[in-house]
Amino acid sequence: MGAIKRISGPLVIAKEMTGSGMYDVVHVGNTNLIGEIIQLKGDDAVIQVYEDTTGLRPGEKVTSTGLPFSVELGPGILSNIYDGIQRPLSAIEKSSGIFIAKGVIAAPLDRKKKWKFEKEAGIKKGSKVSSGTIIGHVQETELIKHYIMIPNGIEGSIESIESGSFTIEDIIAEVDTGNGKKAGINMMQTRAVRIPSPIKSKYRVDEALKTGTRIVDTFFPIAKGGTAAVPGPFGSGKTVLQQSLAKYSDADIVIYTGCGERGNEMTDVLVEFPELKDPSTGRPLMERTILIANTSNMPVAAREASIYAGITIAEYFRDMGYNVAMMADSTSRWAEAMREISARLEEMPGEEGYPAYLPKRLAEFYERSGKVEALNGKTGSVTIIGAVSPTGGDITEPVSQGTLKVVKTFWALDASLAQQKHFPSINWLNSYSLYLDPLENWYKEEMGEEFIEDRKDAMRLLQREAELKDIVQLVGEDALPDSERVILEIGKMLREDYLRQSAFDEIDASTSLKKQKVMLSTILHFSRSAENAVEKGVSVESIAKMKVKADISRIKGVSESDIENAGKKINEHIKSEIDALIKDESGEGK
Amino acid sequence: MDFKVEYNTIESVAGPLVVVGKVGNASYGEIVRITLSSGESRLGQVLDTSEKYAVVQVFGRTDGININKTSVTFLGETFRVGVSDDMLGRIFNGHGDPIDIKTGISYKEKRDINGEPINPVARRMPSDFIETGISSIDGLFTLVRGQKLPIFSGSGLPHNEIAAQITRQASVKNQSEEFAVVFAGIGLMNDDAAYFIDEFRKTGALSRTVAFINLANDPSIERILTPRLALTVAEYLAYDKGMHVLVILTDMTNYCEALRELSSAREEVPGRRGYPGYMYTDLAGIYERAGVVNGKKGSITQLDILTMPSDDVTHPIPDLTGYITEGQIYVNRELKNRGIYPPITPLGSLSRLMNNGIGKGKTREDHKGVSDQLYGAYARSQEARSLSSIVGAEALSESDRRYLKFGELFERKFIGQGLYERRTIEETLSIGWDLLSQLPESELSRIKEEYIKMYYKKK
Repeated sequence: MGAIKRISGPLVIAKEMTGSGMYDVVHVGNTNLIGEIIQLKGDDAVIQVYEDTTGLRPGEKVTSTGLPFSVELGPGILSNIYDGIQRPLSAIEKSSGIFIAKGVIAAPLDRKKKWKFEKEAGIKKGSKVSSGTIIGHVQETELIKHYIMIPNGIEGSIESIESGSFTIEDIIAEVDTGNGKKAGINMMQTRAVRIPSPIKSKYRVDEALKTGTRIVDTFFPIAKGGTAAVPGPFGSGKTVLQQSLAKYSDADIVIYTGCGERGNEMTDVLVEFPELKDPSTGRPLMERTILIANTSNMPVAAREASIYAGITIAEYFRDMGYNVAMMADSTSRWAEAMREISARLEEMPGEEGYPAYLPKRLAEFYERSGKVEALNGKTGSVTIIGAVSPTGGDITEPVSQGTLKVVKTFWALDASLAQQKHFPSINWLNSYSLYLDPLENWYKEEMGEEFIEDRKDAMRLLQREAELKDIVQLVGEDALPDSERVILEIGKMLREDYLRQSAFDEIDASTSLKKQKVMLSTILHFSRSAENAVEKGVSVESIAKMKVKADISRIKGVSESDIENAGKKINEHIKSEIDALIKDESGEGK
Repeated sequence: MDFKVEYNTIESVAGPLVVVGKVGNASYGEIVRITLSSGESRLGQVLDTSEKYAVVQVFGRTDGININKTSVTFLGETFRVGVSDDMLGRIFNGHGDPIDIKTGISYKEKRDINGEPINPVARRMPSDFIETGISSIDGLFTLVRGQKLPIFSGSGLPHNEIAAQITRQASVKNQSEEFAVVFAGIGLMNDDAAYFIDEFRKTGALSRTVAFINLANDPSIERILTPRLALTVAEYLAYDKGMHVLVILTDMTNYCEALRELSSAREEVPGRRGYPGYMYTDLAGIYERAGVVNGKKGSITQLDILTMPSDDVTHPIPDLTGYITEGQIYVNRELKNRGIYPPITPLGSLSRLMNNGIGKGKTREDHKGVSDQLYGAYARSQEARSLSSIVGAEALSESDRRYLKFGELFERKFIGQGLYERRTIEETLSIGWDLLSQLPESELSRIKEEYIKMYYKKK
């Protein structure tokens, strides 16, 4: 046991700490604040404290737990909202009211609740088990089977195991680990958060995460097991986009980490998710979701920890064979927390005061994503989507740059699009996805060759439109030939009727791949017909006045079940209207 | 423990910081009393404490502090402010002493001015519409109870008038619950402070107001305290007394500058433009104290005024603020120069909680559509305006000319209104429809057809 020597903000220096290890969790002071050792110097330990240190005095005791900061994993974890060091916020509300009092202790998982454990068929006395072996499961929510795995580091043969009703601390199985030793297995395990959980191997990604957001799925996809960054200034819709992805993507488990953001945004998720239904099962989305909230006014050291807590929980579910998506909103606040701690440690600052190890920490975090073969042979994935809040919206700053270096998908949010109320405000000219190639086969199988061609065509048109708009600004639209003016018409249609998508409209909020294919092919059918007609002498004014345009603009509101019919009808209208125009205006008819 | 030791061991004084030696057990954040040889005393707070020394930040001036003759007493508690209903109608200085000439105040209890973070689980979604009587705000970026909405302004712009007008006029429809105003003037010029107090007095709001005023020539370190005092009192009135509290913090730019001054005195590694790296967290500790929570009747709504240095929104102060608050209202110099009051521009202004507070049963069923359509049409008119400045108004298409005209009318009739004019939401929407009726019906793509049938004014 040691004693406090010095206190400066969230940092405490304690003496007589010999024997404690780096990253051990310690209890600081008479109020038992939770902290973590981040530096050792001789007998002294430097501790970052996860709670407000006001009131601590030199001389108060410091005790080390001898264990690194870990999360508790087991049935009861889903649908929860935790703070940055995995204290359940609902339990804290019950014990201490509307404010989070200091030194509150609450167990992350319910110790008393009994769960129905069913052992895996084939697991019996004598079965060989090792780290990660699935020995049974609990139906935790209707959506999710929570598999019970042998904790990492235990190997041997099953001595006894039984199905039944247990708490997470009851022994459900015993493992003979050799030399006459036995290990009791219960349904709860802990994992240190700063160490990536071991895996057998990483696979190359080969499947897209279906998000329901058209610009993402069609143009800038993210793979299951991939990484994406969303940088954008305030008001550009980062959080709305993150929440849409959390709601509508086809991940099995969603870990939503609100890191240093607004309290009301977490409230919004808490109010909305239980009411939203999973489209395939009709169950509340909350059943597959875990929230971690360190709002901007909660202690800054816990903000640094919250990201690690989130990714460790994600890895746990990945090891069960699930596809997990982790949203981190916002990684800039996490980096700022690092900067604050680093400054207090009086480390030599790097760019803009951030510590020199910032890029390494960012890379290490994103590297914990991936599609993997778990130790138990299951295939699972962790997808990471990180929001970045660059100061002044300028992405030349260190956090954006450190992130862009490692992520493979970049959704550039654009303030001027947001100001035009074009949402999602992902700029189609600056954004990129490096997954288009690895996912090519997947797209071919899922959507067909035609879609890939349509996508290329659409992007070509959008880029051409942007070039032409630059010219129009200088000389006016009238100076362009009709063959170019028609591209402006089509570009506008692609922007308004395809890329623009309302996150708040019941139908438009999420679009299936099937519907995306119909919508895009309809617009491109119009595009090709219109270009052809103009070539034959039809005027752009007539194209602009075509009645079918109104039908195209309404196609986003068509329900999934009616979409194929609607697409067919519109295509017929396009053909008949264009044919009539060609007949009237081109030389052919006369 | 009432036994307090006096130390005569000041080792150094630099800027607002005093290092006191031979102190073994000062607690972090503890308040100290510094007594000068003249008998005058000042308060300070422990910023760094160890077995050998304590670093104290002095609230107030450091002149007269003498290494040999000044003593320091550690008071054993953190900075607290007394709270009481008696504070309504009273004016305090920036560190919480009454400065009006009235009788003393009996405080119910003292509270830590830093407060504690609200548990996100305990929050309720703000959804009660506040009618400010200003069309641009009510119509386009509606304020709701429990929101934090800053006014991004610049020097020489009428943000004080706008804030005073909102305070004067704000009310919640069909409700006559108890309300209170908590005003924190941070680094205000004396005449600005007098303007606010006068306005409150004239309209009778003063008796429902608690004002904390730190003047421009008061110690800048005190500015760190002022908003926290105000919010602690606001929390008492809202969560203990069930009042709906409107908190006005002005000018947050002065607050941030004080923070920078303190940070540089502490020789910290500076972040962008010299502001400390923890400014985001620090500001969040202030702004996040707005809200509505489970099981409590009252609420805290914040209007934070800040002047953007050289009207630059990418400056760290507005930038970090915008990342924390729930929207922003821009006061615009061009509109002001065109003689429009209040010169609030829709472009860039935003209320993130608007959709929770409008619509049927709250304002009116057509509100969302009208708001989107007005915004869209005004944005279009601005494109037409910039085009006309290149090619000339004559060369514009008919449709562009129509929008140009719409834009001008919109600025004059919808945005523009009197300093003492209070418009109900119905009046605001009706003006909106007058303007939209200047456009052909077919252009109103963002409003549902049934509402167009109900409200569109055919010529």
